[in-house]
Amino acid sequence: MSELEAFRAEARGWIRENAPKSLWGTSGSGPFEGYWGGSKCEETNPDLLRWRDLGVEKSWTAPSWPKEYGGGGLSRQQEDIIHEEMKAIGVPRPVAGQGLAMFGPVLLKYGNDAQRARHLPGIARGEVRWCQGYSEPNAGSDLANLQLKAERDGDEFVLNGQKVWTSHANLSDWIYCLTRTDPNAPKKQMGISVILADLNTPGITVRRIDLISGYSPFCETFFDNVRVPADQLVGTENEGWTIAKAILGHERSSIGRSIARQPGSAQREVVARARKHLGLDEGAIPDPLLRDEVASLGMLEEAFHLTLARIQQSAESGTPGPEGSITKIVGTELKQRRFELGMKVAGTQGLGWEGPGFDEDDLQYTRDWLRSRASTIEGGSSEIQKNIVSKRVLGLPEGKK
Amino acid sequence: MSGHTAPSLLLNDEQKMLSKTAHEFIRERAPAARIRAFRDSNDEVGFSRDLWNEMAELGWLGLQIPEEYDGLGLGFFDLCVVLEQSGRELMPEPFVSTLLLGTQTLLLGGTEAQKKALLPDIAAGETLITLGYDEPGSYGDPSKVAAVARKSADGFELSGEKIQVLDGHLADRIIVSAATSDTGYTLFMVDPAHAGVTITRQSRIDGLNAAIVRLDGVSVQHDDIVGELDAGATLLEAVFDRAAVGLSAQMLGASEQAFADTIEYIKEREQFGVPIGSFQALQHRAVSVYTEIALTRSVILAASRAIDEAPDDVPRLASLAKAMGSETFMHAAKEAIQMHGGIGVTDEHDIGFYMKRAQATYMTFGKPSQHRQRWAELHGY
Repeated sequence: MSELEAFRAEARGWIRENAPKSLWGTSGSGPFEGYWGGSKCEETNPDLLRWRDLGVEKSWTAPSWPKEYGGGGLSRQQEDIIHEEMKAIGVPRPVAGQGLAMFGPVLLKYGNDAQRARHLPGIARGEVRWCQGYSEPNAGSDLANLQLKAERDGDEFVLNGQKVWTSHANLSDWIYCLTRTDPNAPKKQMGISVILADLNTPGITVRRIDLISGYSPFCETFFDNVRVPADQLVGTENEGWTIAKAILGHERSSIGRSIARQPGSAQREVVARARKHLGLDEGAIPDPLLRDEVASLGMLEEAFHLTLARIQQSAESGTPGPEGSITKIVGTELKQRRFELGMKVAGTQGLGWEGPGFDEDDLQYTRDWLRSRASTIEGGSSEIQKNIVSKRVLGLPEGKK
Repeated sequence: MSGHTAPSLLLNDEQKMLSKTAHEFIRERAPAARIRAFRDSNDEVGFSRDLWNEMAELGWLGLQIPEEYDGLGLGFFDLCVVLEQSGRELMPEPFVSTLLLGTQTLLLGGTEAQKKALLPDIAAGETLITLGYDEPGSYGDPSKVAAVARKSADGFELSGEKIQVLDGHLADRIIVSAATSDTGYTLFMVDPAHAGVTITRQSRIDGLNAAIVRLDGVSVQHDDIVGELDAGATLLEAVFDRAAVGLSAQMLGASEQAFADTIEYIKEREQFGVPIGSFQALQHRAVSVYTEIALTRSVILAASRAIDEAPDDVPRLASLAKAMGSETFMHAAKEAIQMHGGIGVTDEHDIGFYMKRAQATYMTFGKPSQHRQRWAELHGY
């Protein structure tokens, strides 16, 4: 047995022995499912809290981070194994969220020792929750157009402006922000800096945004003469765009992967809804055109999972191919098609917003369908992803946008 | 994927080497422009016998044939590595007839005597073998068999007509389906030199060679049955699954080449003073084709791997491969022509041959909609 196989056996044993039984089968085990923590967390499920404590104690909330920062000191491969073994039985990671999945890795790479020592252990223990301050009203797909001003004043930066789509800002403790530190830089990608802010700092206001689906995790975050210490700058002043791109790259791949649920689950879900609403005719979906569409979806789903497996296998063999760039485009398209079909087979029973005459599952499904429209917009729209593939993978010349 | 662990979807070092060698050989020796040359010269063969023999010497024809029949004893996966490359240049050599239809029928249903008699010569490039299933009015559905096999004193007498029999004009053996009871049909090995066999060559859009095979009371023996009496349907379904996967590997290669040629073209071709590849309208469509090809590659690797390692998964993965492979090739070919503009619809340019082949392969071994229906049935809806 190789070292990794031995580790897998150990991880499987520990997880199956310790993960509370009530959590089994409750999660696709992505990085954004489960206990998000932070000081404003109102989680009361004792099993989730116990699973958090066990994960923290074992140092398996951030398995590949260095031990000195609250991590497990393991390799990336070992970390993958731990997550795969949690996924195999459907238990969530002991701690989830932005801090672990996005901000922590960035701080490890670009932060200084003092910043790592100050921020990482709290993330690993699930005590401090982070959110992302990227988009602005006039900086969506054209993110480099961001205008949130950060002016140096002695040992402080003074922040003025607005962020939007700051997911869970109302439940977070800290925000990592892209700011404009040099408004006169010759290119808009220059003059950007990454600055960290405690959301309790005077001058910060958070307002929730309701989506077409109703309640949403998104917020607007306003900065009015917010003073933060200058040592909360990450990396080099005015060179934050490099960091921003690293985070976005990370976000793209994690969105693609987080959409990947169990292979076959999208098809099963739509077939189950067809059975519920249309009934099956001798086992078959009665409308042959709908059946064809469901089969198309099932095929796309299988092809997507096989492609994710192929990307992972080629990365493990040391020669990652360019296919990673398409996972967000395909994964989000798959998600939308799944909900569209699930709505189609439900007919008018999919039209409920709340109240009598509609069951809970259908009401939730309709909300999820509405929510799925955002998946091809957030985290870099499909069009932006296609620009990136066109330029970096196909090598097509850049033109006017 | 039926389980949590996906099959290996990577080529090993030998397979990578095979792919590279085949790619270079085919690119240099068998460019797609040959399709035009064979057509315009009314070539009696319609492909290159010499090239076929050279590929036999390279071991490619016997890759998957067991060593006891003078093959290399490798897998169907390895065969697909070569098929993909052969597809890049739309090679008209008898891969589909001889290596897919004929050889797979022998491997899955042939008697020891049939295998001994034919497989070594197939591997050596000396024997061509094909299978006739399409009939007038059957619309390519192999279960509609009007040809009949009547019992005779020492065997059967075959009568009927098979159309669009690939490489039927030159095949040394033709396997045909013929009804042997009210409910079942049987596959028979026919020597076209026998009395009662009439071969009429057909001309198709795609450069593959085909013929009408007319059978008028052709005498065959019990020994000429391939597989079991009345059980031709079961055998043919398994053969079609393999043939569909192999053809899909060729379609993948063809899609990739049409796409690569198109990308190269739109980087060079200038209008309005800039390369047309700088236009977002073309870029995004190019990325869609790229994406489909990447997805299709994964399913074809999985399907060909399953033929060697996971037989229970073959029907669904074969349908997946054929459905996606067909749609992807068709999409890639249509976009290739559109992005080439006017030159793309001229006979002078090779890209039109990709469109023609895309249509032919789309209709062969089941259209995508038929495979989606089968997929739905296999998944219980």
